[in-house]
Formats: sequence, structure tokens, C-alpha cells
Amino acid sequence: MSTATVETSHPQGGNGKPLESMDAVVIRFCGDSGDGMQLAGTQFTNVSAVFGNDVCTFPDFPAEIRAPAGSLAGVSGYQVCFSNNDIYTPGDEVDTLVAMNPAALKTNLCDLKRGGTLIVNEDAFDSGNLFKAHYGENPLDTQAVAGYRLHRVSMTRLTRDAVEGLGLSQREADRCRNFFALGLVYWLYERDPKATKEWILSKFGKNQAIVDANVRALDAGYNFGFSTESFTVHYQVAPAKLAPGKYRKITGNEAVAFGLVTAAKLAGKELFYGGYPITPASDVLHELSLLKNFGVKTFQAEDEIAAITSIIGAAFGGSLAVTASSGPGIALKGEGIGLAVMTELPMVIVDVQRGGPSTGLPTKTEQSDAFITVLGRNGDCPVPVVAAQSPGDCFDMAYEAMRIAVEFMTPVFLLTDGYIANGAEPWRIPDVSTMKPIKVVHPTQSNTDEGFKPYWRNEKLARPWAIPGTPGLEHRIGGLEKADGTGNISYDADNHQHMTLLRKKKVADIANYIPEQTVNGPESGDLLVVSWGGTYGAARSAVEACQRNGKSVAHCHLRYINPFPKNLGEMLKRYKRVIVPELNAGQMWFILRGTYLVDAISYAKIKGKPFLVSELVHEFERVLSGDTTRQEWSYTPNTCSTTISNS
Amino acid sequence: MSTDTLPVLTPKDFASDQEIRWCPRCGDYSILAQMKKVLPTLGVPREKIVFVSGIGCSSRFPYYVNTYGFHTIHGRAPAVATGLKIARPDLQVWVITGDGDGLSIGGNHLMHAIRRNVDLKIILFNNQIYGLTKGQYSPTSPLGKKTKSTPYGSVDAPLSPLSIAIGSEASFVAKSVDIDINHLTMVLERAAKHKGTAFVEVYQDCNVFNSGVFEFAQKKDVKADNCIYLEHGKPLIFGTKRDKGIRLNGEGQPEVVNLSEVKEDDLLFHNEKTEEPSLAFMLARMRYPTMPEPMGIYRDVQRPVYDQEMDNQVKQLIAKQGPGDLNAVFNSGDTWEVK
Repeated sequence: MSTATVETSHPQGGNGKPLESMDAVVIRFCGDSGDGMQLAGTQFTNVSAVFGNDVCTFPDFPAEIRAPAGSLAGVSGYQVCFSNNDIYTPGDEVDTLVAMNPAALKTNLCDLKRGGTLIVNEDAFDSGNLFKAHYGENPLDTQAVAGYRLHRVSMTRLTRDAVEGLGLSQREADRCRNFFALGLVYWLYERDPKATKEWILSKFGKNQAIVDANVRALDAGYNFGFSTESFTVHYQVAPAKLAPGKYRKITGNEAVAFGLVTAAKLAGKELFYGGYPITPASDVLHELSLLKNFGVKTFQAEDEIAAITSIIGAAFGGSLAVTASSGPGIALKGEGIGLAVMTELPMVIVDVQRGGPSTGLPTKTEQSDAFITVLGRNGDCPVPVVAAQSPGDCFDMAYEAMRIAVEFMTPVFLLTDGYIANGAEPWRIPDVSTMKPIKVVHPTQSNTDEGFKPYWRNEKLARPWAIPGTPGLEHRIGGLEKADGTGNISYDADNHQHMTLLRKKKVADIANYIPEQTVNGPESGDLLVVSWGGTYGAARSAVEACQRNGKSVAHCHLRYINPFPKNLGEMLKRYKRVIVPELNAGQMWFILRGTYLVDAISYAKIKGKPFLVSELVHEFERVLSGDTTRQEWSYTPNTCSTTISNS
Repeated sequence: MSTDTLPVLTPKDFASDQEIRWCPRCGDYSILAQMKKVLPTLGVPREKIVFVSGIGCSSRFPYYVNTYGFHTIHGRAPAVATGLKIARPDLQVWVITGDGDGLSIGGNHLMHAIRRNVDLKIILFNNQIYGLTKGQYSPTSPLGKKTKSTPYGSVDAPLSPLSIAIGSEASFVAKSVDIDINHLTMVLERAAKHKGTAFVEVYQDCNVFNSGVFEFAQKKDVKADNCIYLEHGKPLIFGTKRDKGIRLNGEGQPEVVNLSEVKEDDLLFHNEKTEEPSLAFMLARMRYPTMPEPMGIYRDVQRPVYDQEMDNQVKQLIAKQGPGDLNAVFNSGDTWEVK
């Protein structure tokens, strides 16, 4: 094989090989944490999105930055579904699996559909790596890979050949293997590698040898597909028919940051972000730190408690204040959030949910913070909660959370999760000029004849946001119970009951200022599927599949968790059965039952992974058939999972 | 508002309408009185001043001053104040805390506020006891202290607030005593004028749970023998007759010498502006009754102020990149058009 040069462009077409059209394809890249699989996946996604496909991604990586090379614990994967139609999930089954070593094969092969394409780096299947993956013999020579279209590619050797003469160490040369794999997949799915070459240049531009090496590896992979006998066919996925407009790819964490900055801009205020690094929320801090020319101040606090309390201070000072964290951090912030409720200051607390309890599964997704956000904290401590349903929706809900916070003078939770925070989808770029401004009022005059009363309320029960620097409105607030109106310390029994109910009513009445709940499907029928937050895509796809099978099923997807939309209770009663699928042990199910006395059924998945459409369809059809036995608790240790620990 | 148009205010203008709920004869009353005396002299409009506190007896302070105030939660006042000061560099922000609030539950925030050099005036009322929870020992209570939670004597070694502050790279460190009226006023004024974190420890008598532990520094007839009143550029001399001084011995340790035997020039001279914090740290280790205890300004140096640096960074980026344009950000990177 000749070595490619930087200038070498890829040959056009498929070298006379047949081109098949597909509606949707699911690819997963998997390898060691240091193999650059997230990068390969991201590049493929970008290229597909710009090509015009609808895309949906699922990055899945271990908590360890670099677990021992070749180990099962160190496997990192990136799944992307790209389609010529609207898609809402990254796909249940993988069409093409790229496995860079035996451990990656072992932990991912079970997700490859029968007859799917399996591309492996044959060179990595040496005795050391086979041992680390607990393979007794090379699986490529056994029945383990029977039933798949196996391509044994000597990626390490071919990559080294491609970069020969550039003066790279062997280690540096091997780091280019992900681009070889990417180039091969680009050929397989008719993608233009040009954008990736441009990215390589912008990323490594200062180091010409590295630029040349990565470009050569990419071309080598592409040319390998083009010329080798092993690949007899390649595929085409036409652009999707998305709503007209200008698009970009966006992850949930990016969208949260954009939404918050947009809210601040539309409020004419400075944004203050106080946060402490935590997986999977840190990217919100990273994104906002880049946007300082919007007047954004980002404060990396000493701990989660300082993060929440610093934003309380900033909110008191008149900034639009925000913090982001995940479960363990939200637990630490609890007392501070209580102070924010007591002092009725506006702020947004983003909770990017991950597997719990305790440290739990830091890099895996879960929806298990419904309780702590809706019900957590000491005392009667109501906080509005909204939940984003997809990466792009994080933008809208971040704006919405800030709107509610400012309009009602209250802290607001925005729930996202690891799946939508790291996952990406096409995002139609909004026209900010058409978005509704957020009205902020800082009083400058006393609100009563007897002087300024900081706990005097408007028709929405919101108190005035008077800020330091305003002459004549000097006042003191704090965590002790407030006398109604004056805000002075009060231990009066009746006042405490009155204030507790007032705080509760203020939050409950927000239901009058949010959209009514809608359903996708019949207004009444056999089954209502109630999902919330990041499970939107899977639930919607599963319900639509059932509807295509003629079933009487509707989908109610909640984005407003506290308060619920005011028509929800009535809606739940219009269906014979209600099922609540969620990625926890039944938290929203419990809250809905408690709120509405509805005999809902729980469908719980607590594996650190999003729902598959197929498992939801199966469950919905089981319930529709009249089988309402509770979900069984069975456990079979599953060796085909990236969550295997090597301890 | 420029300071020359300010109305002339008096201590009374800083009294709030709230009933003071400290125990009669608590040292807090004197600290409040001196603060009210200092505030009108600073040339800062009342509405630009904010008192932030945590939890404990001392932390009720903001309710009694007619400025903006925030009585927060236990230990977190420095973090709340940091957020406020970053958001509003135009405000003068005071933190009122105690030995339990600031050094036990809130030790982490105190340390980080100081090392960042946020422009906060932190006044730590040290009474060596938990007052509001009715008499447990605190992180500054001495070994052997008998309290409700240590009926057989404390075996919990105490820490020195000033050592913590200096170890956290404090740019301003001082100590005073609640009823030493003129001295406390001077220290509060100096703290107010410092740019960056000013950390002031005030010995404060809890006459209910820990009465009299600071008499060595309070009583007029003994305090001059027990304390050294620090003056910048002056030798360390003390005693009712000003006949004793501090000299560094051959091992570099401070020792008490008699001025009849040692010349003034051979004494240790105080220099609050020394960048190197070793002298201030050594002074912080001098504690009654082993040594006469220094009172006043231990350290007053300049270093970058966090909230100012952050504000400058934002302004510089706006000047360099232009004010943020959402459309430009959203349309950066790869985009595509769907017709």
C-alpha cells in the first residue's frame, strides 16, 4: 500500500462497488479510553449533520480517564445514528461496529445486529490484549463472530505505513489509528472527509507532522475501503427532510450554556455562574467560560456549597445567577437552596443527572434526581422544576427556567441528564430577535407609605428584587423565618404557617403561567405513556411504533415537573391505564400517584443507559394485552456491557 | 455618586429599627458601636455597604446596621460575599463571622476567600466558645477547656485564626479587642481602607458561657504588660512603663528583653508591609501568657484583588472581541441550511 500525502484527495465514488441506499444507520466506534473514539464519533456526527442527515448520538465512556490499556473497564464508545428522516434516539441496535481491541469487541458485540458489519483492528488481537479482555482464544477465529460481516483490518500496521517518513514515534503513529478507522467508515457511508481534514488543520496546525500524519491516516483508511477486496458494497443515507432553517449540531450542555446567555441578554443583565467541576456537568462551566464578552462572570468555587452560596450572593446583588452540578453536588447544595427559597431570590440550578446514589455511576445517565429536586431539602421547601427533553431542548428550557426564576423570584431547577448533556442532535438556530424579552424590575422607590417592605408581593406573589446600591431601600434578609411583608425575623406561630403556605402557593400558581400539557395520540384510550426529561426520544418512538400497530396509545411527555401543567390530573383519568417509564426506580411514578391518586404502572430501568425503543414497545404491548403484573426483578449478570468492573 | 456630595452621616444613621437580641454586656455591643462610629467616616454611601454573616451570635450583626444586609447560613458568609462582590465590585462588603462559623463549619470558605484576596472585610468575633448553641467548646477553645460537650476537659487542640489567615496568603491581618474602643476603631478603619481581603480577629467576651477569658487584654491595669501594640516602623516595646521589648535571639526566636539592658535599635522592628509573611506569622504565634500578645495591624500588603481581576478580564475581552453577539456564536463552527 502506498503512503498517502496530505495533498492526496480521496478517490471519488466506490471503485465500481455497488452503492446501497439506507434510511438510517447506527454506527458505534469503540476502543480504549485513549484511542480517540469520542473524537472519531464526534467527527462522523459533524460530517453527517452538515451533510443534512438527522443525527442522534450516545457517547458512553468510563469514569476512569485512562483505565489500564486493553482492559474491559477502559472501553470507551461513541454511538451515532444518522438518518434521512426524523429520529429521536441513537438507535437500539448497531449496524456497524468498529472495535479497536478485544475488550471493545467483548463489551460491545452483543449490541451489533445479526448480519451487521463488524470492523476490527486485527493487530490489537494479540495474546496480551486477549488476556486482558478475558478471552481464552482469539474470538475472531471462533463462532463468536459468526453471523456478522467481519472485516479484519490491520489498522495498526496500515496506519504506521501511512505515516512513515514523518518522523513520528511509534506511539505517536499509533495515535492516528482512530483517523484510519474514521476514513474507512467515511468511505463505507459515502461521507466527504474534507471537513475533518480542516478540523485536523485547525486543531493541530502548529504541528505540521501531526497534521500530515492524521490526514494521511484518514486518507489511508478511506483508500483502504475503496481499493480492498474485503469491502464489496458501500452505503448511502440521503439528507433528512428537517424543518427549513439554518442548523448546527449541539449537545445538551452547550445548549444549556447558550440558553442561559440568551436569557441574560434578553433580560439585559449580567450572568453570574458559580460552579464546581463535576461529571457530567462541567461542560456548562467550560462553555460559559468562553463567553465572557457577553458580560458572563464564571466563578470556579472551592466546593459545591460555595458554588450555590456564591450565586445566592450574586442574585442578591442583581445578577442572573446560575450553577450547574450533578446528584452529589445537588445534595451538598441542599441547605443553600433552602436559603434561596427563604430569601426568595431568583437563580437557576442545573442538575445534569447521573447514576446514583453517592458517587454512583458518574459518567452514566439516570433520572434519579426527581425526588431530591422536587421533594429534597429540610422544611417545606418548594422549588419549581423543569426538565429538558433533548439536547436542543436544553436551550429552550434553560431560558424558561430563568424566566420563571425572575418572574416569580425563586430558585428553579433545570433537570437534564448525562445522556442529553453529552448527546448531540441537529439544532435549528433560533432567531433571538423573535424571542420574548425577560422583564427585570429593580425598584428604586419604597413600596408602602410605611417604608420599603422587602416581602411585599405582587399579583404573582413575587417579592420585589431591590438590590444594594439603591438609596432608601436598605434592608436585611436571611434564613430565619420572615414576617409577612416586612421580612423581619418572626417566630410567630401563625405567621410561620401563613408564610409556609404562601411559599407553597407561589410555586403552585406558576401552573397558570406555563403551557398546558399536550399528548401525542388520541385524547383518550387504552394507554397513556407518561415520560419526562431525557427519555422523550425513546418514549415517542416506542409510542409511535405501537400506534402504527393500531394500538390505542398516547404519549404525554412532561417538561414541567413542579408545578405540573394544570390540566395533567384530568388528562391522566382519560385513559384506561397509565404507565410511567423512567430511568430510576419509580420516582415520577410515585410523585404522580401521590399528586393525582392515579393507579399508574411503573416501568423502571436503572442501568445507567437510555431506554431502547424495543424494550419500551415490548412493555407497552404487554400492558395493553391486559398483563398488568408488576415488572419483575430479575438479575442475570451480563458480560456484554461496558459497565463491567475489573475489580 | 461621588463622595464629595455625600450627606454627613452619624453613627445614628447606621442604627436599624430592629431590637437587639444579644445578651446584656455581650462584647458584641461594643463592636457594633465602634462599627457604627467608623462607617460614617469612610466616604461610602450607606446603600453601597453590605454586611454578610453566617450563623451564630455574631452573625445577627447585619440586622442591627441600617445598610443592606444578608444573614446567611452556617459558615457560608465568605462564599455568599464572594459571589456578591464579584457580581458587584462597586459595593463595600463586610463579612461578620465567629470562631465556630468561620473556622469550624466554614473554614474552607474562609481560607479560599482569603487566598483569592476578594475585596472583603472579614471581622471574626473570637469568643472561644459556641454561644448560640449554649456553650460547647469551639476550634479556638484551649486544651483542657471544660464545657457542656467537654465536661472532663477538651482534648481537641485549638487553632490560631491569624495563623490560618497568614497561611492562606492574607494581604491584611489584624487583631483587636471588643472593648478597646479606640484601638478597635483604628483597626476597623484600616481594614475598610485596605484593597483586598482584610482579616480582623476581635477578641470578644461571651459573658454568659466564657466570661473573662480576655481580661488580660481588656483590663486597663494589665493590658499594657500583656500586649504589644504594633506600630509600623517602630520597635516592639511594651509594658506599663514601656520598659520591655522583643528581640530575636540567636535562633531567630522572639524573646522578651529589658530595655535597661538592650538598646532600642537591637529590638525587632515591626514592618506590616513586608511581602514575606514570616514576620507576621511569628507575631501570630506570640500568645499570652507565654509571650506578650501583639495587637493591631500584623500585615498590610498589596496583591491582585480577585473580583477586580475578574472584572478587568471581562472588560478586556469585551474591548478585544466586542460585546457578545448571540447570532455570531450560534453560527460559529459547522452549520448547514435546510431549504
